[in-house]
Amino acid sequence: MQLSEIEPKLTKAFHKVFGDDGIALSPSMTAADVPGWDSLTHIRLLLTVEREFRIRITASEASKLQTVGDLMQLVEAKVA
Amino acid sequence: MEDSANFELSWLPKAPGDFSKQCRSLGSQTAECGAAVRKLAGYRLDTNQLLSLSKAIERVRSEGVSLAPLRPYRLGLISNSTSDFVTGALTATAARHGIDLECIAAGYDQAVQESLDAHSAVNSSAPDGVLIAIDWRGLPILPSPGDSERGVETLRASIAHLRLMATGIRQNTKATCIFQTLAAPPEALFGSLDRLLPGTTRWLIDEINRAIRDLASETEGIVVDIAGAAETVGLANWHSPEQWNIAKLAFSQDYAPLYAEYVCRAISAVRGATRRCLVLDLDNTLWGGVIGDDGVNGIRVAQGDADGEAYLALQSYILALRNRGVVLAVSSKNEDETARSPFREHPDMVLREEHFAIFQANWNDKPTNIRAIAQELSLGLDSFVFVDDNPFERELVRQSLPEVAVPEMPEDPARYARTLAAAGYFESVVFSEEDRKRASYYEGNARRAALQKQVTDLEAYLASLKMEITFQPFNEVGRARIAQLINKSNQFNLTTKRYTESDVARMEADPSYFTLQVRLTDVYGDNGMISVIICRKDSTAEWEIDLWLMSCRVLGRRVENMALRELVGHARRAGVQTLTGAYIPTARNKLVERHYASLGFNQVRGAKDGATLWELDTHVDLPTFPMTVRSLGFPETAMPAGRFF
Repeated sequence: MQLSEIEPKLTKAFHKVFGDDGIALSPSMTAADVPGWDSLTHIRLLLTVEREFRIRITASEASKLQTVGDLMQLVEAKVA
Repeated sequence: MEDSANFELSWLPKAPGDFSKQCRSLGSQTAECGAAVRKLAGYRLDTNQLLSLSKAIERVRSEGVSLAPLRPYRLGLISNSTSDFVTGALTATAARHGIDLECIAAGYDQAVQESLDAHSAVNSSAPDGVLIAIDWRGLPILPSPGDSERGVETLRASIAHLRLMATGIRQNTKATCIFQTLAAPPEALFGSLDRLLPGTTRWLIDEINRAIRDLASETEGIVVDIAGAAETVGLANWHSPEQWNIAKLAFSQDYAPLYAEYVCRAISAVRGATRRCLVLDLDNTLWGGVIGDDGVNGIRVAQGDADGEAYLALQSYILALRNRGVVLAVSSKNEDETARSPFREHPDMVLREEHFAIFQANWNDKPTNIRAIAQELSLGLDSFVFVDDNPFERELVRQSLPEVAVPEMPEDPARYARTLAAAGYFESVVFSEEDRKRASYYEGNARRAALQKQVTDLEAYLASLKMEITFQPFNEVGRARIAQLINKSNQFNLTTKRYTESDVARMEADPSYFTLQVRLTDVYGDNGMISVIICRKDSTAEWEIDLWLMSCRVLGRRVENMALRELVGHARRAGVQTLTGAYIPTARNKLVERHYASLGFNQVRGAKDGATLWELDTHVDLPTFPMTVRSLGFPETAMPAGRFF
């Protein structure tokens, strides 16, 4: 997968999870920036990202994620 | 694997691209909000989509919008795992089953307290049912391999634990207790021995699942077979150690849609809202091939042929449904006698005429026929399931009769029986003597039901199909298929003339012929070549239609009208005044007896043996219909000499 394909796909995952096609991602974005991003939605987001990219995110990887940028980097590293 | 996350709901149609937008706009038109919710719930939704829909349902509910005709049901949920996703999935899935579900969940791991305390959230909500969503981790299961005495003690303790909760619920509410069977974890201790050796986890779970049956009957509750759901998808898929560790999710959330479907079917069945009648298409549904074209000896429905056995497997499954009380009916576009012939004459057919209450074989649209069947049987349309291999017919029935359940059918007939079974339309919580006898109440005399007035809005439906019709003269690419159609089409075939492939090749080059091959695509895909027309240029003023055939698969879609427009256009440009055509009756082509009359031809005369002769002035105005027309490969017709001088 090309790196340029990752962001649109990740954006799509956010749209699916939050049921909102208006969300635009930025690397500095955190859970505080998106209404409804609570701990359970976070789990749903990780499960959806796993499925969309056909990757596995371990619990320890998940616990280190702070920003959308961190998630992008993790996905990049996994699909590269 | 595409959509592997929710392939288990394969009988449901795919959700539209603007699904979440539709969810957000729910309630803006308060009228018929319940029907709109039910329609959205009827798609193949994954966990995220179910949660979007459930949020929308909660929003419109809080705005005071009525969700009628959905029927309210209050479900308490007690669980030893995180149930937040499950409650949303249940709320949305329930709408698929006509239920306006309000879900009251106990706090995480508060199952026992919640069921015993009269003032708990669940008990004080006056629930209609309480789902005891306890998995194996929520019971005191202490393995004692090889120690059957302790094994039996563990079994007793586990059932006592469930009984305690059920008793609390029954003392404090009028709710039905809904128990779950336990999905065993896939990790074995010994291996195959785990099944045999008392006290292993597998042995204990097998025993507990057996005991849950008795507990349900003792407490007048019902059982949802979650173990069965998990086995269907595979225990190693069902149980996700990651998801348990991270979020205490009892099973992989990929299967929340399937889990919710199992629970909601059971609730629906408790309320008696189960389907009762199965309406079946015939060609390429109950057998391979088209009876009107292929004949009794040509259809594929025999043992020893992989394709034929697939259809027989579906027939056997349908017969088993009939024997448990499901009423069977036929709706097929066919001549009545022709459609009945395989049931009477084909030795391998499992289904016979006497298994059907109603047998509708005619050329009317299927919604009109299904209405007639409902009327004749005095059953509501919401008792009906309609099975057809043809996506055109399925969508027409869905749009015209939204109450009727219409499963998506897979490409391969090998999967037909499984798909119909997986859809669970005939879920039932009891099987009574009455059910056993019901099929014979409807004496399988395969009678015909009188048709009511056609109310189906076909034109609007056709316009939504984005049909694209392509006309080409005969060419080398189409040659083999043209010859095949010429030699096997019997029903929509005006003259039933047969030509070989080399005849067809000769016509390609012969200037005394005008030929058309017609292809059709629509939103469901490419229908391939569906019509063939051959004209003989008898003179500069008159063309005679020598052959006109069409696949019955595209009947009722205005293809013949558009083909005539194309033909007349070419004839006009060639300076032709008159088109003539004959109808030559055979045993199988009664369908097109009035073909030329309905297209506006005038009858010239009847000929011997019932043949009729027709003609049309090429300068007549012909109606057009909503499809994109493409004309390819025709030479620029030379204008009649002298025209421009």
